[in-house]
Amino acid sequence: MSENKCCCCGTAEACVDERDQKLQEIIAKYKDVRGALIPVLHEAQEVYGYLPMSVQKKISEGLDVPLAEIYGVVTFYTQFSLKPKGKYKINVCMGTACYVKGSGIILDKLKEKLGIEVGECTEDGLFSLDACRCIGACGLAPVITINEDVHGRLNPDDVEGIIESYTKTENK
Amino acid sequence: MEMVNITIDTRKIQVPKNYTILEAARAANIAIPTLCFLKEINEIGACRMCVVEVKGARALQAACVYPVSEGLEIYTQSPAVREARKVTLELILSNHDKKCLTCVRSSNCELQQLSEDLNIKGLRFEGEAKLLPLDEFSPSIVRDPNKCVLCRRCVSMCKNVQTVSAIDTMERGFNTTVTCAFNKSLNDVSCTMCGQCIAVCPVGALREKDDTDKVWAALANPDLHVVVQTAPAVRVALGEEFGMPIGSRVTSNMIASLRRLGFKKVFDTDTAADLTIMEEGTELLHRIKEGGKLPLITSCSPGWIKFCEHNYPEFLENLSSCKSPHEMFGAVLKSYYAEKMGIDPAKIFVVSIMPCTAKKYEAQRPELSSTGYADVDVVLTTRELARMIKEAGIDFTELPERHFDDPMGEASGAGVIFGATGGVMEAALRTVAEILEGKSIDNIEYNAVRGVEGIKEATVEAGGLKIKAAVAHGLGNARKLLDKINAGEAEYHFIEIMGCPGGCVNGGGQPIQPSTVRSWVDLRAERAKAIYEEDRELPIRKSHENPRVKALYEEYFEKPGSHKAHKLLHTHYTKRAKYPEE
Repeated sequence: MSENKCCCCGTAEACVDERDQKLQEIIAKYKDVRGALIPVLHEAQEVYGYLPMSVQKKISEGLDVPLAEIYGVVTFYTQFSLKPKGKYKINVCMGTACYVKGSGIILDKLKEKLGIEVGECTEDGLFSLDACRCIGACGLAPVITINEDVHGRLNPDDVEGIIESYTKTENK
Repeated sequence: MEMVNITIDTRKIQVPKNYTILEAARAANIAIPTLCFLKEINEIGACRMCVVEVKGARALQAACVYPVSEGLEIYTQSPAVREARKVTLELILSNHDKKCLTCVRSSNCELQQLSEDLNIKGLRFEGEAKLLPLDEFSPSIVRDPNKCVLCRRCVSMCKNVQTVSAIDTMERGFNTTVTCAFNKSLNDVSCTMCGQCIAVCPVGALREKDDTDKVWAALANPDLHVVVQTAPAVRVALGEEFGMPIGSRVTSNMIASLRRLGFKKVFDTDTAADLTIMEEGTELLHRIKEGGKLPLITSCSPGWIKFCEHNYPEFLENLSSCKSPHEMFGAVLKSYYAEKMGIDPAKIFVVSIMPCTAKKYEAQRPELSSTGYADVDVVLTTRELARMIKEAGIDFTELPERHFDDPMGEASGAGVIFGATGGVMEAALRTVAEILEGKSIDNIEYNAVRGVEGIKEATVEAGGLKIKAAVAHGLGNARKLLDKINAGEAEYHFIEIMGCPGGCVNGGGQPIQPSTVRSWVDLRAERAKAIYEEDRELPIRKSHENPRVKALYEEYFEKPGSHKAHKLLHTHYTKRAKYPEE
């Protein structure tokens, strides 16, 4: 196979990654806008799912903001991620109410079940695990979210079944 | 200046309206402790060491950023203030490695000084402390996050003054660190190695890579002929390391100390600066007359060179092909001097004492080894030399009068002023103007290119030629100037750029003055004054009149720009990436 061929569509024509094109549009939209870095990072993360160095470099070049500053912002806010997220993004609430109701144990159980640490993604790309600040559902404590689904009033034994329900959907 | 009436600690005083509480207290001779504050560089009120009570205010206020106003009542020593400062300092200390005994900044550390000033007798907080790996990969700078107090002075210097942005603050809360993007080493990002971060660090979190052991080992090796050269800026700052006033000239003491340390010869880099002017001046006239690439930009400052290679590769052809003076000197020592003295160049060990950390990086560039050996073997900063003098037990203030050694002993005033911003330009103009006029010119002080203004311009007319010149110091000013040229808003024949603000006198390898001094005294101007004094006192003030340089051309190089000169005294540059590799 020729080296010039595109990795995704196999055509000989050099094909521009669709996501890169979207990123350039985002940058163009915010160019010369003061304080545009955070909205650009948000939108870029929506496009790529995370913010790897290659994306941060493009933003640095496009907005003329130093890479070190961008990396500082990305690592400051927990909603930005340097690593790819899974198809199912698990967030374990570590707010005060959830914490005293044992969300730490729920988190440990999830780590054990998935074999990953906080901030990581399973090898099959299905699940990623994060701990987050209070999501405002204290009445349901301890609570986790998986994408848009909320699972509340959990005890550690529920974890196994919840994860399996998503795996089953995938295997259908 | 509009004045306001305020009360500090029951004393009524009048101060200018634009003062902060910190400045007002200073005017009243009341010392308020600071840590993150560095005037005009870092005024962010982050560390809370400078808190004071302001009558009517809800909480204690940071004096360094709180503006005075009519009728303001301030208490700088109330029990609440004293306790708050102590708690803050103890919390900072609880996450500091506290290894003062082996710290390079011991006795010159702002944190240590605060601990003494605030009478800290014990540490109440024993919490978790950071234990992170050191970044020791750069040939110039060591970063030790375990000593960092997160004051952000280095970040501001690197980002706002130098516009390099190699480092920034990462993560948050307890995990906050000052580091490079993606935790890369300083060696793998576009760090220019200028060392200005070190100059503003209040503690030992940023320091030069200490190479004194290499020099001690060479001095103890009987097979080596170990020689040393010193840059012009060193002699006007070294005294500070021994408690002398800023701007003291210690040329003789420095030479005598180097002799006692055991160097076979003590040379003056300024002689090579004269050589640089001969080569660079010739290059300038050649480019103007033959339609070469203009503007010609000076190449003495290795921090500037690396900045250009990373950020402005389109200007690489504009850079003078001249090596920096100490590299020229190294090449001359391992060729001309080796032949003249009958010493095998392999046995000559050249040490450069420089006000600069970037010179350490420069010395290991593979292209700077014209004779087959590195032109310069080791570069020490002014601070490292002071450490060696102290280690050797030399009483720096009590030494006999000594002069630089021949055959390159005599330098002109033009070579001396290389150490201050505008100096290379002025030295070049002294020579170029005379070559163009074909006669001696008496008025040789070019005041337009002196001083601490960020970008300076001058037009010099000589021999029917108009030379438009510009001088920039500090990489932020260099960026401004180059952007102007790129935008077509300015045109010059000749530009001098020095990487550090104020030039080499304020280099990243110079003695470190704490914020309590640096915030109120312009180190750049004080040290430069001493440089210009030395220039005025020298019998020869033009590079082309230096008899040593004349002899060097007669005996060896033939003429400036000759084939031999190109082989030994000139170099080339490399385009470097702006971003680190993944």
